[in-house]
Amino acid sequence: MDPERPDVKRHHGLVRAAHWLNAVFLLGMIASGLQIYLAFAHFGPRGQPYYPNPIDGPIPRWARLGGWLAGGLNWHFALAWPFVITGVVYLGFLAVSGEWRSLLFRPRDIGPAIQMQLYYLRLRKTHPPQGKHNALQKGAYTFIVLLGALSVLTGFAVYKPVQLSWLTALFGGYELARYWHFWAVWIFIAFTLLHVALVLLVDPASLRAMITGWYRGRFPSHG
Amino acid sequence: MGERPGLSRRDFVRLGVVAPASIVAACGWDGGSLIEPRLRAVSRINDWVGEKIFFSGTRLAPQYPISARTPRRDFPAYSITYNRVGTYPQPPAGWTFEVDGLVRKPVRLTSAMLEALPRVTYTVKHHCVEGWTAIATWTGIPVSAVTQMVEPTRDARYLRFDSFDSRYSNGWDLASAMHPQTILAYAWNDRPLTAERGAPLRLYSPVKLGYKLTKYLTGMTFTRERPGGYWEDQGYPWFGGV
Repeated sequence: MDPERPDVKRHHGLVRAAHWLNAVFLLGMIASGLQIYLAFAHFGPRGQPYYPNPIDGPIPRWARLGGWLAGGLNWHFALAWPFVITGVVYLGFLAVSGEWRSLLFRPRDIGPAIQMQLYYLRLRKTHPPQGKHNALQKGAYTFIVLLGALSVLTGFAVYKPVQLSWLTALFGGYELARYWHFWAVWIFIAFTLLHVALVLLVDPASLRAMITGWYRGRFPSHG
Repeated sequence: MGERPGLSRRDFVRLGVVAPASIVAACGWDGGSLIEPRLRAVSRINDWVGEKIFFSGTRLAPQYPISARTPRRDFPAYSITYNRVGTYPQPPAGWTFEVDGLVRKPVRLTSAMLEALPRVTYTVKHHCVEGWTAIATWTGIPVSAVTQMVEPTRDARYLRFDSFDSRYSNGWDLASAMHPQTILAYAWNDRPLTAERGAPLRLYSPVKLGYKLTKYLTGMTFTRERPGGYWEDQGYPWFGGV
């Protein structure tokens, strides 16, 4: 092993647990959501042209969880509890531990994010200095938390459109809230594919770090 | 490399194989005899949250202008009988609406008696559990007004609505049933209910999903125990509030 690259403790156990639990719960939420979606695979009020929909066809059986509408609903509303609780515990940990500083994208990250992008586009030769995460990563990890919040809030807007009518109105009404809820799914899937590809191609050591907590890779500056 | 606390690499490989495999096996799966009852148990908790946390007995569903009504052909209707034999159920001769159970003064109401009571009319959005919505005008008598007539006893905690549509029924919490927009409806879009909409009398409320709105009513019964329902017994959420 390389003495120049000592192992550093990178992820708290709570973060690792939240990461993998979230992966499982999100997968269950998406699969049961697609089962529910199948009952009415359109968006918008009846009697009017439906909203543009990239997945305007049947959802294959392997992508669904629940077997039928009631099964999908019961999975979805049961998994929603651990999904939300995991998210809240994770964000609470970031807030209390101060870890949020290395993850939250702030205005001062805009410049470094551009430099990072130039490096990826090979318009800049050297890798810009970075802490635990580079500015683009901060942007990605801030964005995905916001997307999670959006999916939860649009979920509640669709779940209780009368009792939470203010929330539903915030998203443009029931039909649009359901539409945004659905779009969040495709963005989650796209994010996950990119996320996994970047981990494997750019920094495979980060996969081990998210499993064991210990990191011995290219970007060890964070202790 | 020193000893580290936690799971070994082999444990993670096992976890990585077993977890996705079990998820794949679960696809298109209602949970089986092991998980499905637990999902229903969580659904009971969600019913409680729906009634005690989210539901307000005074918050009214928004109303819409007449011009916002969904065209008739775009507002689907179904009945259990229709799905089985292809015709909508017809009311028995001498149809009346019976109100009984844990009440001091059970009554039997004819259509004429019902239509003589003070009516409520509203144009509201219908939410189907499938995910579609439709707007229509409904006219009827508040369930709360009929409840006052019969004087429920202190034991009454639920209402069961029965129908002549292949034994379709629904159980309701009293709070939702007493909501001012929960009505026994006899008109749809200013016209008497047609057979497809649940004639001669159906339950309507904008605070519940469509499957809770019993069509082809024969009566309502005040109970102490929580009544099931046609879809609810098969696994649909019991509370079904929106």
